[in-house]
Amino acid sequence: MNEVSSRQPVACAAKPPVYLQIGESKAEPVQSGVCVVDVPLPCGKPVSVEEITFQNHYTAYVTVRLLRRPSGQDGPTKWVTALRDLPLMDNPHTERGSQDYHCIHRTQMLVEADHVVSVRLILRQPSSAWLTFSLEEIKIFPHMEPEPQKEVSDWLSDLILVDQLPDVEGLPDPHTVSSSLQQMWALTEVMQTNQTTASIGRFDVDGCYDINLLSLT
Amino acid sequence: MMDEGTELSMSIAHIVQRLKGSHLHSQIERQAKDCLHRPEIKLESLKEDVRSFLKTSGWEKKLQNAIYRELHIQLPPSHPTAPLEHLKEPLAYMRKAQASWEKRILKSLNSMSTELGVPLARKRPGAEQKELTNKWNEMGTDEPGLQTLPRVFGPCSHLRVLISLRNPNHDSCEDVSARSHWGLIQVPLNVRDIPQLRQAHAELNLSSGQLGIDDLAHVHPGIYRKQKDSLVMEQDSAAAQQYSRRGCPTGLRADLWALILNSTNQLQDMMHYEQLRAGVIQHNLLVDNLIYKDVKLTASNDDYYFVFEDFLYQVLLCFSRDTAVLEHFKYNSATPPKSYLHGKVGDEEYAVVYPPNGVIPFHGFSMYVAPLCFLYNEPSKLYSVFREMYIRYFFRLHSISSSFSGIVSLCLQFERLLQTHLPQLFYHLRQIGAQPLRIAFKWMVRAFSGYLSTDQLLLLWDRILGYDSLEVVAVLAAAVFAFRAENLMEVTSLASAEAVLADLSTLKVIPLIQIFLFATAI
Repeated sequence: MNEVSSRQPVACAAKPPVYLQIGESKAEPVQSGVCVVDVPLPCGKPVSVEEITFQNHYTAYVTVRLLRRPSGQDGPTKWVTALRDLPLMDNPHTERGSQDYHCIHRTQMLVEADHVVSVRLILRQPSSAWLTFSLEEIKIFPHMEPEPQKEVSDWLSDLILVDQLPDVEGLPDPHTVSSSLQQMWALTEVMQTNQTTASIGRFDVDGCYDINLLSLT
Repeated sequence: MMDEGTELSMSIAHIVQRLKGSHLHSQIERQAKDCLHRPEIKLESLKEDVRSFLKTSGWEKKLQNAIYRELHIQLPPSHPTAPLEHLKEPLAYMRKAQASWEKRILKSLNSMSTELGVPLARKRPGAEQKELTNKWNEMGTDEPGLQTLPRVFGPCSHLRVLISLRNPNHDSCEDVSARSHWGLIQVPLNVRDIPQLRQAHAELNLSSGQLGIDDLAHVHPGIYRKQKDSLVMEQDSAAAQQYSRRGCPTGLRADLWALILNSTNQLQDMMHYEQLRAGVIQHNLLVDNLIYKDVKLTASNDDYYFVFEDFLYQVLLCFSRDTAVLEHFKYNSATPPKSYLHGKVGDEEYAVVYPPNGVIPFHGFSMYVAPLCFLYNEPSKLYSVFREMYIRYFFRLHSISSSFSGIVSLCLQFERLLQTHLPQLFYHLRQIGAQPLRIAFKWMVRAFSGYLSTDQLLLLWDRILGYDSLEVVAVLAAAVFAFRAENLMEVTSLASAEAVLADLSTLKVIPLIQIFLFATAI
């Protein structure tokens, strides 16, 4: 789970949302309840998408489409649907889920999210109860390949080759020493993790509870 | 959306972390060590033998009960990037409303302190401490002049705040139409309608026996005796909670509620209570005056509860000093008020919470404790049960949140039930300026304490515990209006509507709830 905190989202900026409208005349457009948000990824390097995270703002359903360029630079691109109509709100007319945080993982997608050049999010909000709807803080996390272990172990095995044991007469057996060291280390680990979450219950500071007025900030 | 496996392991890790270092943990460890002398524990199968010993001696059940209790107060699974405030309350405008209401209360308390010249907290001089220790069991005889006591915050201002709640993104049409909501609450929260409530409260249906109906008709007591004997023997929280859905027998209620809440009265609980008592004796807080005034004006004036006046002081004053209550602010949309020691404003090392438990009592607060006095006569046990009930249920009745059991949802649910199933009545009351919520609010905010007769109230609270939800309170409020609908259709003013609904002491709550939920035509 450490990977979660250390990973960085792809540096991209979502384009302003485009609200689709019904009606011919520009004078009186009728909201259709559909909105499209395009998130172009930085050009030059197609990305494998690991996860898309966002905060909802009154969107009921979201469809994710990916523009893929499977065959290298300058190859043809193709739009595919990765996820169709994922419900974000239990009931489009009521509040539940309206401001929740979500994440869509590549395993939930219908297609492989590789060689992605652009992400298109199609938002739907059929209820007329809301003035506006969108998604916020859209972040796209790239798929991180696990680092190849081979190089490190090669380096380690080079060290181990120098295995001439020095004369250890009179000294304790290195295996016993190392195992007791390990036990001590394990004990300190257990001590650290065994710290209780119970509080002591004192509400004063060193016996003093003479306070100012309540803080309003 | 995290996958279920990850959610589950995070839940487990969280609960393990909370139970580690608890008294139960050390007790189980000690038991495990002590049992090694027993003949049935063999070295080859040490782990399994110790486990089965803990099972047969009842310690596994105690652990299960402790875990069950943790599940009740656990935060729902959330996205790792969601900030803490989102966990307390997901909707931004509700957080804002709660914060601004809190600010008003704090300002009011500050000005009370300055106007009356009474400090928020004062260490008692030795003589005063001694006097209070001697008078601990009869604090009710001390009569500070009520006129010098500060004004207590009441439900009227609370209702005003709820009515003014608006979602800035909500397209609410102000005209009255068949589609619009006729009531006072104008936020579109999810609340359950009758078909969903029927499913969720299936045990209340008309064909199941209920305590509160069938015990009155001298139904064969054997049914209940068998079940309750095995319940008491097994000491299982989850089973007790399930049982409580159909009511608890009077003789067993105290034990069953304590079991459901996993509220023990062991040595460490009594010591904790003594520590709180010491806190009361050492320091005098301004909120103590709020408590005195509330008890004098409400519980002491009530025919059923005036005898418990002293108990109420003993519980509520200690409650204010209990820092363990601060834990519940993780899932409460409210924030505990903060202050600094004299001369150290801004220095976080000298920041404290005021009152120590973070809860400022308001008019009617003592009514949450009063009914429990009928069940428990030992102060530390009474305290322990009350505290658990507060951090599970009662706090939701006076903070602004979108939770199912929160007061906003209960008010909305009450109004929706009325508008859907008694539209004529609702329209009539609206026309004469008697919005139903204005009458029902005070019942719901106290979970009907002080309005129903005590035996009926306890039957209602059985169901709150059994279903782990306050929705039955909203259902009962609607059921009461349904019951008195005929009389209400004839009134022509708010005052006369209130008169029709002034006396609820003769009502039998379970038949009302049953008929409203299961006999209403959809």
